[in-house]
Amino acid sequence: MSRDESEPATDDQVRYDQARYVEDGQYEPLLSEKDRTRVEIGGDDDSPLPDDLTRDSLELPALSEPELARHYTRLSQMIYGIDTGPYPLGSCTMKYNPKFTEDVAALPKAAVHPDRSERSVQGSLELLYRLQDYLGRIGGMDAVTLQPPAGAAGEFVGIRVAAAYHEHNGEGHRDEVIVPESAHGTNFATAALGGYDVVSLPSDDEGRVDLEALEAALSENTAALMLTNPNTLGLFERDITEIAEMVHDVGGLLYYDGANLNALLGRARPGDMGFDVMHYNVHKTFATPHGGGGPGAGPVGVVDELAPFLPAPRVREAGDDSSGSEPTYELFDPDHTIGKVHGYQGNWLVLVKTFAYIARLGDEGLLDASATAVLNANYLASRIEYDVPYEPFHHEFVASAGDQDAADVAKRMLDYGVHPPTTKWPEIVPEALMTEPTEVESKDTLDRLAAAFNAVAEEDDETLEAAPERTAARRIDQTDAARSPQLSWHALESDES
Amino acid sequence: MNGSHATGSPYAPYTDDERTAMLESVGVDDVEELFDIPDDVRFDDAFGIDARSERETRRLVRSVLGRNDELTELLGRGHYGYYVPSLIDHLADRSEFLTSYTQYQPEVSQGFLQALFEYQSLLVELTGLEVANCSMYDAATALGEAATLAERVRSTSGHRVLVPDLLLEGRRSTLENYVAGTDLEVETYPTDDANADLDALADAVDDDTVMVYAENPTVRGTVEERLAEIGDLAGEADALFVLGSDPVALSVLQRPADVGIDVVIGDASVLGLPTSYGMGLGLFACREDYLRQVPGRLVGAGEDATDRRAYTLTLQTREQHIRRERATSNICTNQAWVALRTAMHAAYLGPDGMVDLANRGVTRADDLAERLDEIVGVTAPVHDRHHLREFVARVDQPARAVADDLENRGFAVHVVGEHEIQVCVAGVPDERIDPFVDAFAEVAR
Repeated sequence: MSRDESEPATDDQVRYDQARYVEDGQYEPLLSEKDRTRVEIGGDDDSPLPDDLTRDSLELPALSEPELARHYTRLSQMIYGIDTGPYPLGSCTMKYNPKFTEDVAALPKAAVHPDRSERSVQGSLELLYRLQDYLGRIGGMDAVTLQPPAGAAGEFVGIRVAAAYHEHNGEGHRDEVIVPESAHGTNFATAALGGYDVVSLPSDDEGRVDLEALEAALSENTAALMLTNPNTLGLFERDITEIAEMVHDVGGLLYYDGANLNALLGRARPGDMGFDVMHYNVHKTFATPHGGGGPGAGPVGVVDELAPFLPAPRVREAGDDSSGSEPTYELFDPDHTIGKVHGYQGNWLVLVKTFAYIARLGDEGLLDASATAVLNANYLASRIEYDVPYEPFHHEFVASAGDQDAADVAKRMLDYGVHPPTTKWPEIVPEALMTEPTEVESKDTLDRLAAAFNAVAEEDDETLEAAPERTAARRIDQTDAARSPQLSWHALESDES
Repeated sequence: MNGSHATGSPYAPYTDDERTAMLESVGVDDVEELFDIPDDVRFDDAFGIDARSERETRRLVRSVLGRNDELTELLGRGHYGYYVPSLIDHLADRSEFLTSYTQYQPEVSQGFLQALFEYQSLLVELTGLEVANCSMYDAATALGEAATLAERVRSTSGHRVLVPDLLLEGRRSTLENYVAGTDLEVETYPTDDANADLDALADAVDDDTVMVYAENPTVRGTVEERLAEIGDLAGEADALFVLGSDPVALSVLQRPADVGIDVVIGDASVLGLPTSYGMGLGLFACREDYLRQVPGRLVGAGEDATDRRAYTLTLQTREQHIRRERATSNICTNQAWVALRTAMHAAYLGPDGMVDLANRGVTRADDLAERLDEIVGVTAPVHDRHHLREFVARVDQPARAVADDLENRGFAVHVVGEHEIQVCVAGVPDERIDPFVDAFAEVAR
């Protein structure tokens, strides 16, 4: 607070002054504060529909295109993205998003309606078919569906497929899904959405699955074990073959959460480790843009035995077309399909970008991605002063902020022009700083990132609590915002009046 | 050593010297030493995927997608191809929007949070309901979330979710999956001339009913005329009344809050996205009473340390990363960037433009139906209702054959019955209407 906001960066420190507009003591005004125009609809001339079937009026901003261009440009400048600087948000795999993938997704021929006849969208079907094939190879899986629109939706498909499989085998009584305590929150929520009781599994002293606890948790009621590997501490589950055997011995299925697949590309495949079903987070591993929260896509791969239960429809080769030169493709419903988990075929434009990314990188690029991601995480960890209690980690590590508050550390890091890690999770590490630099950062950038960590490590609590100072908005009181939620400009206005 | 600068990822920058220095700092000789993977699960093979230059990759995708036929699409039924102005592509593609993620650090994410707050406000205005979240995946998943919400908020337990018999298969099936882990069961009620059959619905609704779902417009493009009565039926049974709609339709049709609707779902990407092979944006708005049970992310306004208004994700204790198995939904990654595009498109149109777009959907559908009706062997519209955007035509010829013949002439339409074709005018350029009518006349005889 004591610092002048206009204080220039000193020579030995990177400082970050984010753009900010202030007008009448407020930041960039809402669209509704720039204009409100009410249009009446009730009258006879206002709509071709009868009065009793229409609303009375609609009141929204009416602004010119130039005004809107400025509004959204200003808003964009008040956002920190990967193109702004490093974004080592653990478990989110914030890679650089290659620009050309936007171009291919914007091809006019990608803009087709989902109810088109199969013969008229052979291009879309071929792309989906080839992407199913790519993902199957990368995960070591026999069959793939591209329909789930996000990772959590992919988990849901996995859980529904497991349920259908058990039901099909007369084992519908299985009502438990086992999830390690340190797993992603979505695992718990997905299992619950699927109607399962969630059995939480503690970690052992080294941060991995505790085999004795697993033995105790497994039973004839186990439908599945959901596992992330490497886990959220970045540790490879070294006992994975034994874990798979234990789960399979009681008739359960082994689910792979693909959030951390970037660590393993080309070095180990879930299918080879004994996993029966997995999802891929294409917005993580395959660099499609995160878009401020989405859209992503969460394709699901399964072993042969589970393929009949996948969502409908999938794409397969139908044989040669009339000229005999190009294969044709068709949609089909798997024999015991669980049905659909999305109205159509999922996030198509994201899948186009995924296909382009994998086709661009090929084997060499994918293999290099995991190598460099793991090297970058290890290098960064070697350069920071915070303790990293669990090793050997892979693409991400969880440091501890020790006596400092991890959330405050994160706020202070913003002033140094870097995005902070994921904080306070997993809880197994006190004041956790979960850090995943990905393969895209250069050594220089990692050095600057380390310098930001280390500068903050030296600072006192008062400084941390006053941070951030240079961002578009200063520290926001989230507790206060949640106490009396204001979720629209209407709510703001009724509050004023 | 795997990979080098020349053959590795083009997006992983380093030189051999830097790499050596990094390995030294870590204390290993080779990056492979960092992989703590037991030998028996090591993958030593290759995927067999060739790397390509950027130019080759673009050529590949262009060539694959080139196999899609160029057709004038008169297609709708839940997915629409309105023209999307250039402004939206250019501004939404600004890399700060594209390359940021969920706003866990609101101080550096104000722009996106404000855009999402404006999106929520747009939906609040359109629906008249107090709460709108900042996105679900699509209409089908939003419908599924509405059903689980209905179960959570109802004071007494119940099992039945009533949906119209004409509900799109994709929505129906997705809903079935969402309720598979609950005690809910999906049942259909009949429709009468495409709209809800009130008498049949009155018979169907009982104390065991937790939710009644209707659409406006219906999947066949008709405007629902008795929403308030449906709302009364639902209300008497203490069931939630859930409506499926979209931002264009909501611009002129009855305001949901005025006719007893508790939750509105639908595809908001009718604005903001061109046809995208079914990719959408799940609209979800509801009464304030259900605030603590809402699925998905909410952006709220608060204040920063300088007392200026600032935005943040709020009520996160509903969400999976905090509440885990007791969360209101498992959703994490959503469709935020599409919501941004939808908000931009709505702002571009303004209230006049939105009302006009909806009204034109009425008049253009009426005009086209009238012209098709003049063709011998065609009756249009089939339903004696008001229509928005689309309508069903009856053809004497088998509908499949008519559609195939139309496709050979460059037009795509829906086949919705043995002798029924559905036609949608949304986004169809005016100059393509005459050729379409001519083609229809040729093939329908």
